[in-house]
Amino acid sequence: MEHIKTVNNANLKESCAKGGCGECQASCQSACKTSCTVANQECENESRKGNK
Amino acid sequence: MVHTFYLNGYYIALDVNSGAVHVLDKLCFDLLNKFEDKLPEEFPTEILDELSKEYSREELLEVYSELLELQKAGQLFSEDDYERFTDMMKGAPIKSMCLHISHDCNLRCKYCFASTGDFGKGRKLMPVETGKKAIDFLLTHSGNRHNLELDFFGGEPLMNWDAVKEIVDYARSKEEEYNKKFRFTVTTNGVLLNDDNIDYINKEMKNVVLSLDGRKCVNDNMRLAINGKGSYDVIVPKFQKLVEKRLEGENKEYYARGTFTKNNLDFAQDVYHIADDLGFDQLSVEPVIADPSEPYAITEEDLPTIFAEYEKLAVEMIRRKKEGRCFNFFHFMIDLDQGPCAIKRLRGCGCGNEYVSVTPDGDIYPCHQFVGNDEWKMGNLDDGTLDTEMKDKFACSNIYTKEGCKDCWCKFYCSGGCNANNYSFNKDINKPVKLSCEMERKRVECAIMIKVAMADK
Ligand code: SF4
Ligand code: SF4
Ligand code: SF4
Repeated sequence: MEHIKTVNNANLKESCAKGGCGECQASCQSACKTSCTVANQECENESRKGNK
Repeated sequence: MVHTFYLNGYYIALDVNSGAVHVLDKLCFDLLNKFEDKLPEEFPTEILDELSKEYSREELLEVYSELLELQKAGQLFSEDDYERFTDMMKGAPIKSMCLHISHDCNLRCKYCFASTGDFGKGRKLMPVETGKKAIDFLLTHSGNRHNLELDFFGGEPLMNWDAVKEIVDYARSKEEEYNKKFRFTVTTNGVLLNDDNIDYINKEMKNVVLSLDGRKCVNDNMRLAINGKGSYDVIVPKFQKLVEKRLEGENKEYYARGTFTKNNLDFAQDVYHIADDLGFDQLSVEPVIADPSEPYAITEEDLPTIFAEYEKLAVEMIRRKKEGRCFNFFHFMIDLDQGPCAIKRLRGCGCGNEYVSVTPDGDIYPCHQFVGNDEWKMGNLDDGTLDTEMKDKFACSNIYTKEGCKDCWCKFYCSGGCNANNYSFNKDINKPVKLSCEMERKRVECAIMIKVAMADK
């Protein structure tokens, strides 16, 4: 592609296959707590990681 | 849905539903902006004619075919087909808890959402027995979840430190039997830190949050001791000692977190102060949540200044990252490749469903920010009550039930914002606060731009 550069591998769709296990940290977005965007959270699902 | 934006010299397109991020040239950007939805196979003549005034037809056709290619690959105008997962969290185990170990505080910060520590209900410390019951509650309500999180919160947790230690010991003694792993964290204002509790924190706490607003004048304007004096000089050396020792040990996670208000809209200076002058490289400085009537509250008219400040900070961070010496600013951290699954992203937090708060009296609330508001009390440890209807209400709140989120490009990054904030401003957990949304979207744009810039050799 001449005019477009894609910087990541789009993977939100695939992420659902083994997702939703709930092992990751229960994020809080608020100013008084962990306060990171969900998108920054670490996935703790070993089987998802293995399948990247 | 595609979101396009121009920032720091980059023309960027985010394909919302796949998460793909594309960097475009100006022609491509202008062309893409003509389309609100899927591109038809044939380049629509009116648009081609219109753009031909500025660009060559040949190039336009070439770009159009590149865009079509992306679309076919599912990386442009991809479908939102995640709504089918929204019920998945209903009935989820409770695996995370905020333990209000002390509803008392030794500072009187002006913006404190907990009414300077007592949550409007009188100053009180949590008895050890209540803490142990809270541990039992987590052990028995966490189903098959292995990792359990417990945050010691207040008020100021160090004011009830012996109880913290007993509760930690008790929890550890149960780990094996229940096949669980506790991850403890603590949020402290630093006033009571000493060698002993520093060592304990560094040994037992997976993360520690150090509250500090930045420059001395900024910190001491809001974070006051009971006698009205600023806290900076007391807390900074203690925080530095804690971090220095921490980095030698096993649990290295920490972060310095501050709040900015209308009084320091130049908050990037506070970020640099915390990083450069104090040496903390894990940090976050965030907008105050306050009633609009407060003189320090952030209001609509501050947004342009705040946006410009975020941009400046992002550009400076890129410069430092390229030199290999940048701090981590939490609000700009984003993982575009390996981040959480889309199911996780349907809600911003586990509030009231996977996560609850427990007060010194053993009352259960959906989260720390609902504590003290009787309407939201969802149970009690002593009488064993738990309002599962309320739990389900939170489980079923997600980006498809929240006003405006479904059509917001930021939905998989912000995930619908903070329920408590929504409730306190709009009296409805499903109604996001516009001002917070605007800042969130700006931060996510900056975060994506930083990734783009770092990929640009
Ligand atoms: S651990 Fe990973 S797969 Fe499991 S819910 Fe969290 S992000 Fe999704
Ligand atoms: S920015 Fe606002 S509208 Fe957008 S997803 Fe977040 S809460 Fe919803
Ligand atoms: S409702 Fe807000 S304050 Fe409460 S856990 Fe969720 S993000 Fe955090």
